[in-house]
Amino acid sequence: MKVREIKEFLGINILRSTIIISMVFLILFLLLIFIKGFSVLSLDFLLKAPKNGMTEGGIFPAIVGTFYLTMLSVIIAFPLGVLSAIFLVEFGKPKWFINIIRTAINTLAGVPSIVYGLFGLAVFVTLFNFKVSILSGALTLSILILPIIINSSEEAIKQVPYNFREAAYGLGASKRQVIIKIVIPAALPNILTGAILSVGRAAGETAPIMFTAATFFTRRLPKSIMNEVMAMPYHIYALMTEGSFPEKHVPIAYGTAIVLLMLVLGINLIAIIIRTKMRRNKKW
Amino acid sequence: MVKNLLITENLNLWFGEDHILKDISINIPEKKVNAIIGPSGCGKSTLLRCFNRMNDLSGARIKGNIVLGGKDIYKEKIDVYDLRMKVGMVFQKPNPFPKSIYENVAFGLKIKGIRNKNLINEKVEQSLKNVWLWDEVKDRLHKNAFDLSGGQQQRMCMARAFAVGPEILLLDEPTSALDPKSTNKIEELIVELKKKITILIVTHNIAQAGRISDFTTFLYLGKLIEFGKTEEIFTVPRDSRTEQYLTGKFG
Repeated sequence: MKVREIKEFLGINILRSTIIISMVFLILFLLLIFIKGFSVLSLDFLLKAPKNGMTEGGIFPAIVGTFYLTMLSVIIAFPLGVLSAIFLVEFGKPKWFINIIRTAINTLAGVPSIVYGLFGLAVFVTLFNFKVSILSGALTLSILILPIIINSSEEAIKQVPYNFREAAYGLGASKRQVIIKIVIPAALPNILTGAILSVGRAAGETAPIMFTAATFFTRRLPKSIMNEVMAMPYHIYALMTEGSFPEKHVPIAYGTAIVLLMLVLGINLIAIIIRTKMRRNKKW
Repeated sequence: MVKNLLITENLNLWFGEDHILKDISINIPEKKVNAIIGPSGCGKSTLLRCFNRMNDLSGARIKGNIVLGGKDIYKEKIDVYDLRMKVGMVFQKPNPFPKSIYENVAFGLKIKGIRNKNLINEKVEQSLKNVWLWDEVKDRLHKNAFDLSGGQQQRMCMARAFAVGPEILLLDEPTSALDPKSTNKIEELIVELKKKITILIVTHNIAQAGRISDFTTFLYLGKLIEFGKTEEIFTVPRDSRTEQYLTGKFG
């Protein structure tokens, strides 16, 4: 074998093995979670509240809590994020000012999530006196996902071809009309994909809601956004750190993890389906 | 006697430091086909875009006057959006919106604030008939405009400009992205349309200018070299550069 062929053989196989290594870890990871949590999964697990000191029953309140927190945070962050992105792309002047905003957004995206939790505690819980509640938690989460929504919307808006805008201006459209009637509709599929992916992110975070919204145990479901709630990620955390019957609590924690994984996976799947459907209609 | 609809007086244009158009004074006669020719980079598209102030979007600086129907279109008081409805534009590459054929043609009417459905339907039909597209698309008005062929898309873009009732149609190399058959159809259409409207066409294709235009403007390096009746310019050009360009010595 020539040296060149040996090098080629080695190169390809190094690349192959890196893929295999990461796949092995992913599969191992999923497998372990399923093995450890599978025993508790049942319809009752999804639809009943916990009982007997969390050793029995289900996680229904935590599912509901995560649903409320996630939805409310997206409802808050989506319009803010999309409108900010429109400003950045369409009205971005002067340049230095936009650069400062971009840097701020990217820094925000890199802040550890526990810091968001502390911020939410200081600002929403204490300063605004929203207490530990769905509202405080959702506001904290919305700041966390804001950079994701801004960045993905910005990309989506930038991808709208210039000749659409040119054609609209040429027909006498004002800037406002061009943005509302041409740019936003054309960018919408990608904007929505970004938003749905941020839902998955918000659903999975523990640290931001730890001090602002989540409670270890409540039997009743929230009546308003001023109530505190159980939430799936925090439920896992609490069971693993404070559970006094590991042999009962650990499987429930893993079972909750499976439900959470499925939820996030499902949401991402919806995003992919929407994107593929809309891309099929997209001819440019 | 031909009436001049559009007059430029000592028109100069800069993009930043680049002096693109230099002292251009021409008269564009009404209801004729006016071709603007010249080699790449001579400023012909830029000149065309002065007439509906599309250059405003890219931050051009302009000196001199452009008078349309007795009104200076670079005066403060003019409504640019109104102007762009009066001076329609069709671009080099067909650029339909990602909407239905109907929505494309109705776009200008809707942004004008017209809500009357019957009126919109009527104008859409009228505009599509004007560009000989109605019979081809009347059964699929609500299908995506991207499903049309390139030539059909370009004619739809002309109909879209037509719908808002322009006095002038600016065509920026409208056939350069099309096949010969579609090009032929659009050329015939242009000749037909001049009965109703003034047409300015920028073209790379000298033969095309010769075939369809009544008047020709030859630009070279941002300067107006020659303006006159097409038959005269093509047979007895006064400037040697015009002759060299027309005979293919450069360009």
